[in-house]
Amino acid sequence: MAVLSEEQEMLRNMARDWATKESPVSEFRKVRAAGQPQAYNADAYAAMAEMGWVGIIIPEAHGGSDFGFLSAGLVVEELGKTLTASPLVATTIAASAILLGGSDEQKAKWLPRLASGETVATLAVEEGTHCDPSAIETSVSGGKLTGKKAFVHEAHGASLFVVAAKDGLYLVEKGDGVSLTTRKLTDQRSHADIQFAGAAAEKLEGGGDSLLGDVLDRARVLSAAEMLGMAQAVFDTTLDYLKQRVQFNQVLATFQALQHRMADLFADLTQMRSAVEAGLQAVDSGFGVARAATIAKAEANRVLHAISNQGIQLHGGIGMTDEFNVGFYLKRARVLEASWGSSSYLKDRFARLSGY
Amino acid sequence: MPTQLKSDVHTSEDAFRTEVRQFLATNFPDELKGTGNMMAGLDGPTDENPVQKKWREAVGGRGWGTPTWPKEYGGGGLTKGQARIIEHEFAKVGAYNPIGGMGVMMFGPTLLEYGDERQKLEHIPPICRGEIRWCQGYSEPNAGSDLANLQTFAVDKGDHYLINGQKTWTSGGQWADKCFAIVRTDRSDKHKGISFMLIDMDAPGVEVRPITMISGTSPFCETFFTDVKVPKENLVGKEGQGWTIGKRLLQHERTNISGGGRLAGMMGQSLGDIAKKYCETGGDGALVNKVLRDKIADLEIRWNSFLLTARRAVEESKTQGGVSEISSVLKKVGTKLAQDRSELLIEIRGFQGLGWEGDEFGDDELEDVRGWLFGKAATIYGGSTEVQNNIIAKRVLGMLDHQ
Repeated sequence: MAVLSEEQEMLRNMARDWATKESPVSEFRKVRAAGQPQAYNADAYAAMAEMGWVGIIIPEAHGGSDFGFLSAGLVVEELGKTLTASPLVATTIAASAILLGGSDEQKAKWLPRLASGETVATLAVEEGTHCDPSAIETSVSGGKLTGKKAFVHEAHGASLFVVAAKDGLYLVEKGDGVSLTTRKLTDQRSHADIQFAGAAAEKLEGGGDSLLGDVLDRARVLSAAEMLGMAQAVFDTTLDYLKQRVQFNQVLATFQALQHRMADLFADLTQMRSAVEAGLQAVDSGFGVARAATIAKAEANRVLHAISNQGIQLHGGIGMTDEFNVGFYLKRARVLEASWGSSSYLKDRFARLSGY
Repeated sequence: MPTQLKSDVHTSEDAFRTEVRQFLATNFPDELKGTGNMMAGLDGPTDENPVQKKWREAVGGRGWGTPTWPKEYGGGGLTKGQARIIEHEFAKVGAYNPIGGMGVMMFGPTLLEYGDERQKLEHIPPICRGEIRWCQGYSEPNAGSDLANLQTFAVDKGDHYLINGQKTWTSGGQWADKCFAIVRTDRSDKHKGISFMLIDMDAPGVEVRPITMISGTSPFCETFFTDVKVPKENLVGKEGQGWTIGKRLLQHERTNISGGGRLAGMMGQSLGDIAKKYCETGGDGALVNKVLRDKIADLEIRWNSFLLTARRAVEESKTQGGVSEISSVLKKVGTKLAQDRSELLIEIRGFQGLGWEGDEFGDDELEDVRGWLFGKAATIYGGSTEVQNNIIAKRVLGMLDHQ
């Protein structure tokens, strides 16, 4: 765990407390059972906004607390531990795009609404099955945006989209010319393909040529923070299980083969935490962000992949049942691994950033 | 932090930075610029030239080689912030810290914690001045991973102990002045029968034989003790406390094997940059062999998180104090990554990366081959990877707590 300020400690403890008490995995089960397309509890999201969590990266002048990405990551990590379904990450990513590229007017109009929870927003970049920001066809003409976006997170709850077009990022409100096709993925959260047919769009003029890349890096570190919480939760649950389950008249934790596997996973988790926290800190410092974010998400992908698989294996048969939570983490893990860059995408990017 | 306090700290830091710069300007000779002292006297014989000696005495005299150690024992008595300033300023002008070795990395911190006042006054100042080389008397032929099985025995003879037995893998034993050792003082209890003692390497009955390794070098020795007299005042802590003290020292060792400058130094150049010299690149400067490129990126990403983990361990130890439990993770991960890197370097260079000797090979190529072989020891010494896994499972994860 990174060395935290007093405010950050308080924030993390508050988030941990809330997630444990108000939003355990049983709450996600309720959301799933309700079968609503937006796939989150609106009251719970309102409570998060009330506690100031949506505004963590938003300046005080626009209704936020300006605590930065490491602080946002602390909250996201705690929510990831209990698989809390909410558009917090999506909205924070969208807010970062407006912060980086928006005019004073756009910031004043949207950031307070995002911070208060009134407006849910999300980033729409991909047009195909993989992360590929270099292959964008969506275009804008005369303030009208046309194109197709695929697998957009939290699309159902969102009323504002930050859309990547050929020549930059645009704000598009849900309404005329915006139609959703639900895509049900393994995590049973909100995803949709979106058809934009001449939808009214307003460009984010600031942020320079690197705006989309910069926003994607922020998406990477925040998703990595959620993944860190998930990996930690699966690890802890699995360790508890190994200490209880008896076979051959002894608890599983006494088997050295399992001890060493857990030691390996613990080392991986330690590495993941270092990489993710450093990614969040890099965004706050503004130094070496692309590289740090790539490392953070690449390590998050690698380690969560391993831990989510071992979580099932070490639970044995009951890990395969819907009654146990460990499978939910596996199903969310792969969706996040595919988001904003798979492992192979990120390794390629790292090599490019390093000049080979 | 209140503004006033903040600016005071900055002023005093600036003043100290100026002091360090002036010291370097006066004392650091240009001819030593960029010369390494990575192991700081751990592996080589004493072949110090007068210029190096003068530099060592200048740094050692101020205690700046061990900046955070207490001043009354010859350390710098400085804060961690000031120590970082020394580190940065030295690095900027290419100056090395001439004070090092096992005395600094392992023994000193342990003695400061467990030694009595007289022992600290006797042994710490020469370490701070870089005058004494220490070696480690831990492993024995039948006590490797099962270290507590050690049999070297110390018999109580009233005012002294009489020691008989054999130690092995004594790093730098042939060049050491003194040895910190764990020996048995009681055969009835495996762990509580162990004591921590300090032995003069030139005492009668001490014999050292270097062991030739697969890398062709002999950094390790066998050390034999035959009726060696050790004065009672060389017992650290109490009789039977040796396992506790010895394990504490191992935490320092693990942190140093992995987290210290050693591995970071070995990892100097980016593998990608090296590969571009040996392997075909395309018009965009990228390696044409995409499978190799993927392997390199994968390793370098993991290596980067390791460096971040090492940095995090240092940050956390500052706030929590002492060596963190993360030391086992650092040792296990760092040594494995270093080995993986050496293997990948061979794949990158092909046969040119397997040279044993000859002018057709560059110095870096030959050094890396020896490093590859010598590096196989890293997952064995200082507690093998398997032992680290046991420590993590038992001490960190509590997998045997129910017993």
